[in-house]
Amino acid sequence: MSGTAAAGSAPVRASAGLVARAWSVVAVPLVVTVLSVLLGALIMLFSELLVPGKKFDWGLPLTAYSALVNGAVGRPDAIVSTLVYSTPLVFGGLAVGFGFKAGLFNIGAQGQFLVGALGAVMAGVALANAPAVIAIPLSVLAGIVAGGIWGFIPGFLKAVSGAHEVVSTIMMNYIAVQLLAALVSGPLKVPRSPSPVTFDVGNAAFPIILAPNGHLGILLAVLAALFVWWLLYRTTWGFEVRSVGANRDAARYAGMRPKLITVATMTFCGALAGLAGTSVLLGVTHSMTSSFGTTVGFDSIAVALLARSNPLVIVPAALLFGGMRAGAGLMQIQAQIPVELVDVLQATILLFLVASPVLRRLLRVGGRDAGSLVTGATVSSLGSGGVTI
Amino acid sequence: MTEPTGTELTPALEMRGITKRYPGVVANDGISLEVRPGEIHALLGENGAGKTTLMNVLYGLAQPDEGEILLDGMPIRIAGPSDAIARGINMVHQHFMLVPVLSVADNILLGEETMANRIFLDRKEAHRRIIELGRRFGFEIDPEAKVGSLSVGWQQRVEILKALYRNARILVLDEPTAVLTPQETEEIFAVLRRLATEGHSIVFISHKLYEVLEIADRITVIRRGRVVGQRLPSETNEDDLAELMVGREVQLTVDRGISHPGAPVLRVTGLEARDDRGHPAVRGVDLEVRAGEILGIAGVAGNGQDELVESIIGLRRPTAGTVTLDGADVTGHSPRDMNEAAVAYVPADRHRFGLIRSFSLADNLVLTSYYRPPYAHGVLRNGEAIQKDAASAVERFDIRTPSPTVAAGTLSGGNQQKVVVAREFDRDLKLLVLDQPTRGLDVGSIEFIHHQVIAKRDAGTAVLLVSAELDEVLEMSDRIGVMFGGRIVAVVDGRTADKNEVGLLMATGGAERGAAAPVEAAS
Repeated sequence: MSGTAAAGSAPVRASAGLVARAWSVVAVPLVVTVLSVLLGALIMLFSELLVPGKKFDWGLPLTAYSALVNGAVGRPDAIVSTLVYSTPLVFGGLAVGFGFKAGLFNIGAQGQFLVGALGAVMAGVALANAPAVIAIPLSVLAGIVAGGIWGFIPGFLKAVSGAHEVVSTIMMNYIAVQLLAALVSGPLKVPRSPSPVTFDVGNAAFPIILAPNGHLGILLAVLAALFVWWLLYRTTWGFEVRSVGANRDAARYAGMRPKLITVATMTFCGALAGLAGTSVLLGVTHSMTSSFGTTVGFDSIAVALLARSNPLVIVPAALLFGGMRAGAGLMQIQAQIPVELVDVLQATILLFLVASPVLRRLLRVGGRDAGSLVTGATVSSLGSGGVTI
Repeated sequence: MTEPTGTELTPALEMRGITKRYPGVVANDGISLEVRPGEIHALLGENGAGKTTLMNVLYGLAQPDEGEILLDGMPIRIAGPSDAIARGINMVHQHFMLVPVLSVADNILLGEETMANRIFLDRKEAHRRIIELGRRFGFEIDPEAKVGSLSVGWQQRVEILKALYRNARILVLDEPTAVLTPQETEEIFAVLRRLATEGHSIVFISHKLYEVLEIADRITVIRRGRVVGQRLPSETNEDDLAELMVGREVQLTVDRGISHPGAPVLRVTGLEARDDRGHPAVRGVDLEVRAGEILGIAGVAGNGQDELVESIIGLRRPTAGTVTLDGADVTGHSPRDMNEAAVAYVPADRHRFGLIRSFSLADNLVLTSYYRPPYAHGVLRNGEAIQKDAASAVERFDIRTPSPTVAAGTLSGGNQQKVVVAREFDRDLKLLVLDQPTRGLDVGSIEFIHHQVIAKRDAGTAVLLVSAELDEVLEMSDRIGVMFGGRIVAVVDGRTADKNEVGLLMATGGAERGAAAPVEAAS
């Protein structure tokens, strides 16, 4: 009797489950973004009050946001620009998100990004006159390896001594900044140049695949997202990573080696973040100055959180953030709203995400949220005396 | 079927038609319960039957959707635990809510400080009352003793004292004997009877049938959120109660049949291991398990059983001694090596070790074999094979789930354990190591798991069964080793063992140490 009932209701439940599952994935990011946009509008209105002698304009947020959207997707070249801005965020988001899957909080994406770019520029300059088919792969490889090393170190420290990755990756970020400054103003500097800048990577530069400036990295980023998804959900290696992230003790019981997986995961995360740096260097700047260093590594954390570490959702999340960066310039020109508003929007998105348990309850969607993942992972490992530095 | 009479006395507590719905489930469906003054009323039901929800309603942790609660015939609304306590309703939880580093008196006073004036605690008065209360119910307790240094049985008494100190009239005990030895259980029962004669009403929640029959004045059985029967102990028996509880006939005693032990499979010699804090936990254990026999290890939890098992299975590195499997030295081999050598292990803590609760049931079923064909070809996982075998395991092991793709954490405890059992049992095994395989499970699931273990034994698997549940060890084992203080202090024949004798060995380790016999001697 119960068998018939179950059989009859199973398909209905499956389709309802699919909708519910899709909703539980997108509900929070969507609501969070809308809330941030509204809050940004309030901030703009409030800022008008601070400028003396200017007529109060209720329509300012609308003007600003339409300029932002126009600047991001209004024209073909704006769309390409959004893609270019989003590319390193996809790599970086994957680097942070993959770490989350293994229960690791890779705050060091920024350092891995810088060191990856450094590896790429060194190889690129050395191979500047070699054929592109040799120069590009080898430079990319150099970026991957350099970033990987920067991820391996905190992973190794965690495995052998329990040093918490949040602390050690922050330290690695500082080292990366100083290393970059020292190399760019020292051995890598163009001799007799008035400012610290390296040579151009020449033939190692990514070819343009979308006019005017859409480089090969865009394609690589999409491939990387698909690859990471495949790795996580279709391979035994991904199964081990997710097992260790979800329940380290059970993973050990099941014969997996959590320490080895921690080291491998951090190395892989570093390589992905290194690719982010590589894509900016070989695709956009083609050389490095001592001020190379955007906030890509930190924005990546927001991207990963917004996408709840799902490799495929990381792509649209990165497009959102990349689009805001791309459109910020036009917003400043047309609405006199400084580009820094984008930082405010990103920050409020993050804040709302941290509060997502509350949102989930209000929206009545289940599931683990990004906020609890971060605080949970950090607090639990800090609490168990993981910090031994 | 007895109709509740209740004409001569107003019930101390009455719950009428309590209904509590959660999204998708009716946890309590019109439950009525009546407890008379001075009565020990047992509430019997499987896990998930709705006992906990009902008591949460009584304790103010949940508000009922329908129904009312009457105290001494007066309808009341219980807003929260502090409200319940103020009305004299107290709960002793299964997991004690005590602070180990504080003294007995401090624990009792926590949250209920008797003020001499508004600032200082009146310790003297508090001590006096605690000692007096203890004496009234037949035990001497030192209010200054640290709770952490007390045995579990005494900690339970502290919990009860805590309730009495707050003038509890109605005492709810949730599975109070789950962690006690038979002797401690008897002692607690004596205390409970004293309480009842003094006019306290006791709600005794349990799934141990013989205990309920022994202690209760009346028994209410609930199943799937409804009251399915009420019995007096004099007019019922264990089989009747089990059938009421489960809804079908249940075989309570394991028909273990005759075992035909073969060659030794596992041999442990001079094994020593430390616990997580680095203290010696296993202090020289020798044991031998033969093919086709069950060696039970009885002992109060925390006497080194977990460490012993973990050392055998490769999760913990022994500090001395050897482990051999079919004569081959496997000391310190990894869990994967042991798994590959046809050794299966059901861990004591299924939440921590046995399952990944956020993973699907199917993924949990391949947790130890995910890397092997047919579940993987090289590094590629074979989702089709995983799903197909999961569906078949769900069928064969009677795992109640809407589908193999749901997260394991959403299943009931019994079904979660069936997932672990399905994963570990579903192949040919040399050695099966079971650590508390039925802890916290309901009668139906226990019956199922016991049958599976016997079937494995009959198929020639050597079984090492560790359990703090003495009855389980007595019913299942061909031989029983009693573990105390990290040693096996005695080995007795499983079919002739005397429960009290083994219980005493568990509690004391045997008065004369010299009597401790090595396992081999008894085989």
